[in-house]
Amino acid sequence: MGLLSDPYRRRALSRLILRLNTPLCILSYLAGLGWFLGLASLPFTLRSYMSENAMGSTMVEEQFVFGERALSYAREFAGHKKKVGGIPVAWLEKTMWNLGLEVYKQPFSRTLPFPDEMRERYMVKGTNVYGILRAPRAASTESLVLSVPCSTGQHNNQAVGLMLALASYFRGQIYWAKDIIFLVNEHDLIGMEAWLEAYHDVNVTEVLSSGMLGRAGAIQAAVSLELSSDVITSFDVAVEGLNGQLPNLDLVNLFYAFCQKNGLLCTIQGKLQRTDWDTLPAYVHSLQTLLLMVLKQGSGRPQGDHGLFLRYHIEAITVRGINSFRQYKYDMGTVGKTLEGMFRKLNNLLERLHQSYFFYLLPSLARFVSIGVYMPAFGFLILILVLKALDLWMKLSKCDAGPEEQLCDGDQGAVHAAAEESRPGLLTLVPPLLICHATGLTLYFLPVLGQHMATQHFPVSESEAVVLTVIAIYVAGLALPHNTHRVLTGCGSERGWMTLKLLSLLYLAMLLGCIALINFSLGFLLAVTMVPVAAIVQPKGPKYLYAVLLVLVTPAVTLLLSIVLYQELIEYPVSALECWQLFLQAVSEGLLDHYLYGSIVFPFIALFVYPCWLLLWNVLFWK
Amino acid sequence: MAGARPAPRWLPAAAALLWACCGSAATDGIQDQAEQFFRSGHTNNWAVLVCTSRFWFNYRHVANTLSVYRSVKRLGIPDSHIVLMLADDMACNPRNPKPATVFSHKNMELNVYGDDVEVDYRSYEVTVENFLRVLTGRIPPSTPRSKRLLSDDRSNILIYMTGHGGNGFLKFQDSEEITNVELADAFEQMWQKRRYNELLFIIDTCQGASMYERFYSPNIMALASSQVGEDSLSHQPDLGIGVHLMDRYTFYVLEFLEEIHPASQTNMNDLFQVCPRSLCVSTPGHRTDLFHRDPQNVLITDFFGSVRKVEITTQTVALDPNLVGLETRVPNDEMATEPLKYAEQLPVAQIIHQKPKQKDWHPPGGFILGLWALIIMVFFKTYGIKHMKYIF
Repeated sequence: MGLLSDPYRRRALSRLILRLNTPLCILSYLAGLGWFLGLASLPFTLRSYMSENAMGSTMVEEQFVFGERALSYAREFAGHKKKVGGIPVAWLEKTMWNLGLEVYKQPFSRTLPFPDEMRERYMVKGTNVYGILRAPRAASTESLVLSVPCSTGQHNNQAVGLMLALASYFRGQIYWAKDIIFLVNEHDLIGMEAWLEAYHDVNVTEVLSSGMLGRAGAIQAAVSLELSSDVITSFDVAVEGLNGQLPNLDLVNLFYAFCQKNGLLCTIQGKLQRTDWDTLPAYVHSLQTLLLMVLKQGSGRPQGDHGLFLRYHIEAITVRGINSFRQYKYDMGTVGKTLEGMFRKLNNLLERLHQSYFFYLLPSLARFVSIGVYMPAFGFLILILVLKALDLWMKLSKCDAGPEEQLCDGDQGAVHAAAEESRPGLLTLVPPLLICHATGLTLYFLPVLGQHMATQHFPVSESEAVVLTVIAIYVAGLALPHNTHRVLTGCGSERGWMTLKLLSLLYLAMLLGCIALINFSLGFLLAVTMVPVAAIVQPKGPKYLYAVLLVLVTPAVTLLLSIVLYQELIEYPVSALECWQLFLQAVSEGLLDHYLYGSIVFPFIALFVYPCWLLLWNVLFWK
Repeated sequence: MAGARPAPRWLPAAAALLWACCGSAATDGIQDQAEQFFRSGHTNNWAVLVCTSRFWFNYRHVANTLSVYRSVKRLGIPDSHIVLMLADDMACNPRNPKPATVFSHKNMELNVYGDDVEVDYRSYEVTVENFLRVLTGRIPPSTPRSKRLLSDDRSNILIYMTGHGGNGFLKFQDSEEITNVELADAFEQMWQKRRYNELLFIIDTCQGASMYERFYSPNIMALASSQVGEDSLSHQPDLGIGVHLMDRYTFYVLEFLEEIHPASQTNMNDLFQVCPRSLCVSTPGHRTDLFHRDPQNVLITDFFGSVRKVEITTQTVALDPNLVGLETRVPNDEMATEPLKYAEQLPVAQIIHQKPKQKDWHPPGGFILGLWALIIMVFFKTYGIKHMKYIF
């Protein structure tokens, strides 16, 4: 007979799981956490290498010399931008036309769900201007994009200048096999989203735009450039995109290879690389870089304009020039040469970038951790949930098997009452489930729908109203078990809470598993906080301790703690009040991201993780 | 006549003898020259030059083929006798910063594309099927003359192939392969149809020596750029163009060939020495066991050039009809009497160097016995020994 169908063997196995459950869970948690922390160390990482054969090495001769021209374009652009008070459309069109590009403009407008502090109005209107450099001898079937955000104030003027200088240089070359699109987008991500949607003729969000007049074929890769100073000391790359999606690692490796070739200092997460790999400070440094990437990826926000390209299967990165207090400065010529080299290599591509990894973590620019290496950390955490679920299942089936064992029911009173209570059935689980998910639905829909009513009755602005409504509904959910237990049947029975806990553990495992496939960092952050507490919570024992623990791991508090950790890692620690304000801002931006770009973090947490957490809260207050 | 000593009576006889010797020596010289004139048995030269890879980063394969084309044309083989197959167009690729050129040396010293390149099979026409049809002559009647290999039994053919290859195969255009067995069989077909006199096969790919391992037809000499298990490496990148320009082996062969002129007496042994391991990193190999002449006596221009032999003499030469019969160039074809059977279609064991599977029954090995013992043990433990009587 088989292992699972033999009753003797099965009993032995279940006894093993029951007896060793807690040690196994603790071991598994430590293994998962230890594995994650070890990802930054040398044995788990691999040195970066170029996988795409067509791109080859940095074998190209850069001859860009228009550094001065870039600066003069930048000054002109700054002047016109100040005069117009936004993006100087006419000047940009004229300049690009004189360079020999095909120029188009795209006006767009977007109604925000609620006005946030930055924009302070409901309707955002803007114009994107882009020029297409047609490849002289090829068929315009593929293209590359160099995009520069047009920001207010004194930001990104030099980026526009460099872009125009590169355009004039590229126009004089004959070796382009793909068209190059030079794009200046207004209002950062909103403009970029409008442009991408019009280019691909889709309607993912509710942007209204004039439609796209000029196209250049399928976009193979994109680089977004941000430069705000005449000289730079280092070049930073941002890879995290919307919903934690990452560009192909080959693009990051390309950037790194060309920075090294031109002697540019390049950083990731703002941190320089260390050359000593074996020492403890180097490990801590790598761990900090890794944690920054995990936090940024977990937030699901695009860390640059490139983040929106990834959804359309266009590999893109953002490169930022940083001017700090170092002595050695690089001028526009060097930056231009790096970009020229990158574009020449991208020009050699025959297919989209697909040879290298799409899922990775970067403890530094020269080393990476692939998905096969970091997933086991998450697997160990989910194992805890599975073990606990098995444990509960066996306890439940033991109750099933023998009511004379009296493991299940606390009271040893009349057998009649025991028999009645011992099988409440699955229908008793439906009310908690329904109520928790209803709370989740209100958390999702009510804040934005109710903002007008809130502003009428309370002296708050719309964005504050939305955020405070979110927090209010969130906290109100905590009071549910005390008010609803009267309607629930089968309350107070052992079987009831064990079944509910089993269900919520499996539900949590499923949710975390699904989200970890899309956005590993978000899944891991939620798992590392919620899983241990979910495993130990039960109505018996120190209830207040469990309540405090459960509140500590609720997603909102995880967000707060992540903000604190993030501020620590970027060496900009903040006080408690500033932290609270950052938290409110994060909540409002999370909502905005969802409505503007389709980020899934807010609906996932509001509709799934929060109800799951409420189920556990219900389990805690079962009696 | 009374006072003078009489002239030695032997003088006229000696003079006559000397004259006769001279005369015969002279006639022997002409006879030697006439013998040498027919030393190699070919009367015309052909070349089949194949580049099998496409895409911009395989620039060097096209440059390889074009450099051999250039040498072969320079040494006298006309375009009508060259079948040039290029799988991709590098000269007019939009990524080429110098359109209409293909360079073989960095700093763009030597443009092997030239002004008068005649490509016979271009782009997607370079397939295994077309290549084999060219070799064997099984071509549809509508094929233009420039795409045919119209060789006869007095043709010396040079076949040069380059691209990406492996142990026993050569990749055509990223979608198909030709194996060494197919190639050997194609050459055998050529032999049986008397489509060549002698064949020189040069291949520049990774593990190139595996391609000539299987040849079994006579009069074939083969050279390869690397042994089995070795990679052929590329020579130098050009930063202006952005790709590697040539492979090492063909680069050094090209340098060697640039010094050959139609009257060179350089022989094949010098070609075997081209590109030693210090320059090429891989070990070039060659195979001469199927070739009946000594490589020492084989001129480079026998294959790479189309040399018209003209000797001017004022004397008459008696041509001995048995002159050529000294070396049997046609082996005995009487092997056809033994009964034919199908050969092992693809003796994989030999190709991948493993022990061949024994065809006759042998007792099962220890592993299988152990496995069966384990199964039986488990069976009896579970069900008890009393069930044995139901089995036996």
